[in-house]
Order: sequence, then C-alpha cells, then structure tokens
Amino acid sequence: MIENVLSVPLEAVLDETAKMKIAGYKFVTLSCVELDTDTVYILYHFDCDYRLAHLRLTASKDARVPSISHIYPSAFLAENEIQDLFNIAFTNLPIDFKHTLFLDKRIKKEPLCRYTMTDKSAPSAGDGVLAQKPNG
Amino acid sequence: MFKLTPSILKNLVTKKATRLYPFEVRESYENNRGELVNDVEKCNFCGICAAKCPSACITVDKKNAIWQCALFSCLFCGICVEACPKKSLTQKTEYRKPLQEKEVVSIQMKTANEG
Amino acid sequence: MRQTIIPFGPQHPVLTEPIHLTLTVEDEVITGAIPALGFVHRGLEKLVEIKDFHQMVQVVERVCGICSMLHAMCFAQGIEELMEVEVPLRAKYLRVIWSELHRMHSHLLWLGLFADSFGFESLFMQFWRIREKIMNINEATTGNRVIVSVNIIGGLRRDLTPEQVRWMLSELTDVGKMIRSLESTLFDDYTVKKRTRGKGVMSAEKAIEMGTVGPALRGSGVPQDMRTLGYAAFKDLDFAPVTEPDGDCWSRCRVRFRETLQSIDLIRQAAGRLPKGDINIKVKGRPEGEVISRVEQPRGEVFYYIKASGDKYLDRVRIRTPTFANFPALLTLLPGMYLSDVPVIVMSIDPCISCTER
Repeated sequence: MIENVLSVPLEAVLDETAKMKIAGYKFVTLSCVELDTDTVYILYHFDCDYRLAHLRLTASKDARVPSISHIYPSAFLAENEIQDLFNIAFTNLPIDFKHTLFLDKRIKKEPLCRYTMTDKSAPSAGDGVLAQKPNG
Repeated sequence: MFKLTPSILKNLVTKKATRLYPFEVRESYENNRGELVNDVEKCNFCGICAAKCPSACITVDKKNAIWQCALFSCLFCGICVEACPKKSLTQKTEYRKPLQEKEVVSIQMKTANEG
Repeated sequence: MRQTIIPFGPQHPVLTEPIHLTLTVEDEVITGAIPALGFVHRGLEKLVEIKDFHQMVQVVERVCGICSMLHAMCFAQGIEELMEVEVPLRAKYLRVIWSELHRMHSHLLWLGLFADSFGFESLFMQFWRIREKIMNINEATTGNRVIVSVNIIGGLRRDLTPEQVRWMLSELTDVGKMIRSLESTLFDDYTVKKRTRGKGVMSAEKAIEMGTVGPALRGSGVPQDMRTLGYAAFKDLDFAPVTEPDGDCWSRCRVRFRETLQSIDLIRQAAGRLPKGDINIKVKGRPEGEVISRVEQPRGEVFYYIKASGDKYLDRVRIRTPTFANFPALLTLLPGMYLSDVPVIVMSIDPCISCTER
C-alpha cells in the first residue's frame, strides 16, 4: 500500500538521496525492518507537500551503509537509532553515539532483531526480558 | 505590565481553585473507569482477561483458581472488563486510594482453598 | 577564548522529562550542543512480537501520555487502511472531538510550562487551571484523564450522549473565555517579549531542511499541517493551518495559543455535525502489507510505518514522533544563544522525550 517506492542498491543511496533533495523533498525518517537472519530493509521516507516518496534499500546486516546526514542533517538521529536497535553500521556519521543513543553501554545485543540475537560478547544480566520470543 | 492585576484582585476575593484533597473529595463521573474489582463468585478463572490485558498486569492460575492483578501496572483501560465472559470483572467509578507499597491484589476461590 | 562544558539536564527545573545536553560555552555564548538520550527508552516497538495487533492499539497509547489518543488513532487508522475497513462516520467525528481535546490540553500544558521556563509562575498556574477543565471533560466523556483508551480497530469504545455534548460545549465556551483573557498577558507583556522575541530564530528554509514538523514548522511560516490530509472527519470541517512568520520562540508560542482556540472551533463544528449511527464495526481477518499513517499531534506530525504479513502479530511498527523530527533542529538553534536562553529555546519546540525514545 506504499506508493512511490524506489528500490536502490547500496552504492546508489547517496546519489538518490541527493536527487530527492534537489527535487525539493523534506526528510521524514528512516525505518528499518528485519527480514530474515541476515538482511534488512532500510526505508528512507521523504515528503514534499504531503506527498511521500520512499527509497528502499535491501542491505545485509554486516553492510556498511553510507550516512545521508551530510545531505539531510537531521538524519543523524534516525541513523544512530538504527545503529543502536539493529546493529547496522553507518559510515561517516557526524555524531556517532556508538550504540549508546537509547541503550546502556552494558547491553551487547540489538534489541529489535528477532531472528538473530547475535551476541557481541557474553549476554549481560538484565536484558533477559528483551530476549523473550513470542511463539517460537 | 499590570495585565494580570484584575485577575489577581479577583482571585483574592473568590474561593480557592483547589480542593483540600483528603478531606474534600470530588464526586467522580458516571462513566469513570476506576478501581478494578473481581467478583470471585462469578469468576471461572478462564484467563481471557490475562490474555487480553495490554499491560500484562493480570495473571490467572487456573489450577489453583487464583486471580492476581498487579495494581501498579494496571492503567485502567477497561479491556479486561469488556472481554470478561462471565461479567465478573467490573470497574468502580472511584479511584483506588494511594498505596505506599507496590501491592498485588490476589483473589482465590474459596472451594479451592478448602479442598 | 577558553571553552567551558556545562551539562544541562537530565534533571533541570524547566525539563518535564529527562534529557541531557552537553553545552560547550564560550563566556556565556553557546558554541555547541550534543544530546544524550535514552533515559526513558522502553522498547515499545519490540512489543509487537508479543502483543497482537488489537492489543497494540492500547500499547501505542503508552508511548506518550499527553498525545495518547492520537497515537492510538494513528495506529488504528493505519491498520484500518490495511484491512480496508471503513469506520462509521460517527466514530470519525468523535475521533476529531477527542483528538482536539487532547491537542487543547497538551497546548495548555505547554503554554503553562513555557511561562514557567521564563519564570512567569502565576501565568503557569492560570494556564493549568484552565487545563483542568479539559481534563475533566476527558474524564467525564472517556472515563480516563490521560490515557483515554477509546480507540479500537474499527472505531471507538465510548459514545457521547447529547447531554454530554451540550455540557462539553458549555464548558468549552468558558475555556475559550478564560484563554482569551490571558492573551494580552502573554503577548503584550514587556518581559515576555524580551525573553522570547528574536530567540532561537529558525527561517522557513532551515525549518524545511532540518525536517521540523508541527508548531515549530508553522511558527516559521510554513503552512504544513497533517489535518489538511483530511483523515478522520477533518476533510468535512472548515480548517486552515495556523502560521506565524517570525520563526522565533514568540512565534511558536503564538501558533500554539491560536491552535488552542482553533481546536475549540473545530470541536464545535464536529459536535454540530455529529451524525447518528454506530461507533464501531466488527473487524475480521488479519492485516497484510505495508502502510504509512500520518496524524497531526499537538507537537507535530506523527508517522507510523506498519508492516504486517497476515499474522496475528505485526512484523514491525515504526513510530516517528514529532520530537524526534524537531530535535536535530533544536541542536542547530542553540549555538550563538546565551546560556540563560537555553531553557526557553528547549521548551519552545515542546520536547516530549517519552515520545522520542519510545
């Protein structure tokens, strides 16, 4: 039901974002959706006079996604959020919170991933609630 | 400057805008969602309320017939009241009085207690 | 000149919620601001995995207390669009009424807090006294004061009786009078002007570039308001976005003040045209697909991205709250300002940290 979606490869993200900026679009936000154990969608949402346009990037979890914060300065917060909650690495972030935007330093997992809970080290006590699965 | 002066003078002579709360309690509205009560006579411990509750504050032990509600998690949305098939859950119009500790209301069926 | 680093927050008299700013200061002029968030992060988006989509309506209400009804409405509208459910017309009008009541009590709360941020405490109390009337209307009509829980997928849980509508409108007439009586105090006062005019100026171009939403954007003269999209019953109502040209704190304050009065007008229009009929319809089946739902909250546009795959549990709910969009702009407003203006500028975007961190 989302209209106006353009799928972009990793290399073309910056180019397409720059085109959006030239076309007069306003940055809305980034959404990250986990698809399976090693791929994610990153949706870039833009708005121009109530009309939305989207870029859909299908990236693998260990890809290093270029930050669009140099084109849209307000994107750094959304990018840091994805870095926190999904452990997707962004390059060239102007302010890099290094996984501490929302989370505590001790948390070593990416809380919003449900398929892979890859431990970056041994699981720390206290995040057991986040690791619960609904129905297998 | 002095824009609030009439208001200040008016406030000097009118009665207080606030109530002396514990001594003077406002009447609650007719449809207010207040304290959650479970009528143990009607309850059949089916556990639908526990499954429907968005904040997961109700736990039901079917085997021992125990119904528990964590008071401080409950947000009085009334979803459980609507979902209850036996109409044993009701909400009063008054709020529960403040508590000093995080209490859990626990209701157990009497027959299960004796048996 | 030597730089000093001054921590602002997480506990600060003007802040209603915890946020930390590391301010770099030269003399008294701010040169940089770096935020630290995460004090109230609750991971509500994660709950889609264990709560089904009917329960999620009540879960997303918990994102923010002040705009709880609008969060639930936005989510419900998204799911209704996915499932191709047409909500009864009466429910649409009632949604307008309650959402505007929420906007009013949020704006009155903010006007009070804003007055408090520059030290005008009696004005703060005046505004909050008015707000209490709105809270009473909420309590009498929905049953709860803050988290009203009236929305479900397919409509509403509560209806308004004609007596309630009449009582509500008479109360709102009083509220309108009380708010207007404070207008000259707030906008003609010398001290208020000194503290707010020309502080934190954001031009229209910059506001668009930084992706701001809501009163922060309309305060810079950009007439963008999601209510013009015509969700719920807004397409039938007479409505035009409120804008102010200056882009400073005073301008943003004026936008919110005028919107409060506009909300009374909108409620009156909706109550006058309130159609008869059901307030909800049974919803069967499960949602499938992707949808974006946008609603104008008191603080700006809220953006929901919902992905479902025909299961009881949704795949993803992504909530972009208005403060999340306004926050980067706030950081660019601070450099060049005096340290004593920071509370006013921070308050002027109406930060809701619970919303931002979810």
